[in-house]
Amino acid sequence: MMLLRPRAAGGLRFFVALALGLIVSLLAWAVDVPPLKARVTDLTGTLNGQQRAALEQTLAEFEARKGAQIAVLMVPTTQPETIDQYAVRVEEAWKLGRKGIDDSALLVIAKDDRKLRIEVGYGFEGVLPDAIAKRIIDNDIVPRFRDGDFYGGVRAGVDRIMRVVEGEKLPPPAAHGPARSRSFNPQWLFALFFFVVIGGSVLRAVFGRFVGSGIVGGVAGLVGWLLIGSLAIGVIAALIGFLLTLFNDNRSWSGGGYGGSSWGGGGFSSGGGFSGGGGGFSGGGGSSGGGGASGSW
Amino acid sequence: MLRVLAVAATLLLGGCGYNSLQSSDEQVKAAWSEVLNQYQRRADLIPNLVNTVKGFAAQEQQVLLGVTQARARATSINATPELVNDPAAFQQFVQAQREVTGALSRLLAVAENYPQLKSDQNFRDLQAQLEGTENRIAVARQRYIKAVQDFNTLVRQFPANLTAMMFGYKPKPQFNVEDEKAIAKPPSVDFGTKK
Repeated sequence: MMLLRPRAAGGLRFFVALALGLIVSLLAWAVDVPPLKARVTDLTGTLNGQQRAALEQTLAEFEARKGAQIAVLMVPTTQPETIDQYAVRVEEAWKLGRKGIDDSALLVIAKDDRKLRIEVGYGFEGVLPDAIAKRIIDNDIVPRFRDGDFYGGVRAGVDRIMRVVEGEKLPPPAAHGPARSRSFNPQWLFALFFFVVIGGSVLRAVFGRFVGSGIVGGVAGLVGWLLIGSLAIGVIAALIGFLLTLFNDNRSWSGGGYGGSSWGGGGFSSGGGFSGGGGGFSGGGGSSGGGGASGSW
Repeated sequence: MLRVLAVAATLLLGGCGYNSLQSSDEQVKAAWSEVLNQYQRRADLIPNLVNTVKGFAAQEQQVLLGVTQARARATSINATPELVNDPAAFQQFVQAQREVTGALSRLLAVAENYPQLKSDQNFRDLQAQLEGTENRIAVARQRYIKAVQDFNTLVRQFPANLTAMMFGYKPKPQFNVEDEKAIAKPPSVDFGTKK
């Protein structure tokens, strides 16, 4: 039967199989993204310790001053992926830039491929558009790489990126590094509401109308204060909890039987989103839509 | 009684994948909007690029016209976020964008023959922007493919498939392998030997 199929269908099947095979082999062979340990990662052994430390210091000072993160990665090759694809994967894995701001630039160099790329996070797309990134590659980095001066090229590229970025106003850096942001999760509000409605009825049945309402109000206020970090909101939450419970006259809830139910067992978790960082360098951003430019030497 | 029902409904809907369907559907929409966004960015670059090339290589009428026409056809399609729910319109849109890609690569291939054009800073900037945009399109498409994969898997799995049926969610169209091939393929040079 198979042999009797029209040739076109056979050809299509062949190509689909080929493409699938290609994808599978691509997945199997893709170059690993190294763990994020420092701002400058050199897997090719091109830069010496002194040069790495100098770059590291410049970039650390820059981050302290501007809040934005710039990282350098040198790998032997990105084959079979293109450097563009690899750079996006690195950016996603390293989560460079501050959370929500995504102010980052990543300079990737594939030494044996003689290719390089500046990958630009969303937050930098305005200040470091593709054409500027391309000019930095062509004018500052590539000429030095052609002469075999890798440190000089990286140095010149990083300096230029920093000078370009200095021109733009970014949010001021946090007091000490990227702190875990206290993000407000609306699910908590839902949980709080359930507590007030159900827990309130139970507590009222146990402690009486006024004391029970007082307890609910107190807990709601405390939780609101701790979660949102504002005393005013805590007070409002306390008042709402207290009044709701006080005037909640639906007796059906206080009929007993709620003591053993597990309303608190929900899976409420808030995602921090900070990863990497063995050596005190980590980001929270990591959103890049593939902006930047590539070049070769 | 009503309140008990409301609570029960919330729990039941949560358990049958309604919430996951919602968030997955939103994710597909967001990913698709990004794809549209980047295609639009490319369309916005084209008039400037065509004008710049015209300044140095006005005699390449046909290639220039090809790009302009392909762009006109692509932008005439009303590209809305709802396109993901209409497989036929989706394919039409993808086809039109593929033609723009082809026309653009022919234009850039032709540009190679004009050293003055190639060294023009304006053209180089535009070229960098176009390359960046093509890369953004590739990333956006890849993320769309991932989002649709998640959504379609969810829609076909029990018990979410029942919920999906009830609320009219259908599997969403995907970029197919042929598209990927056409995009990965370098522009073909026709020496007129065929046919």
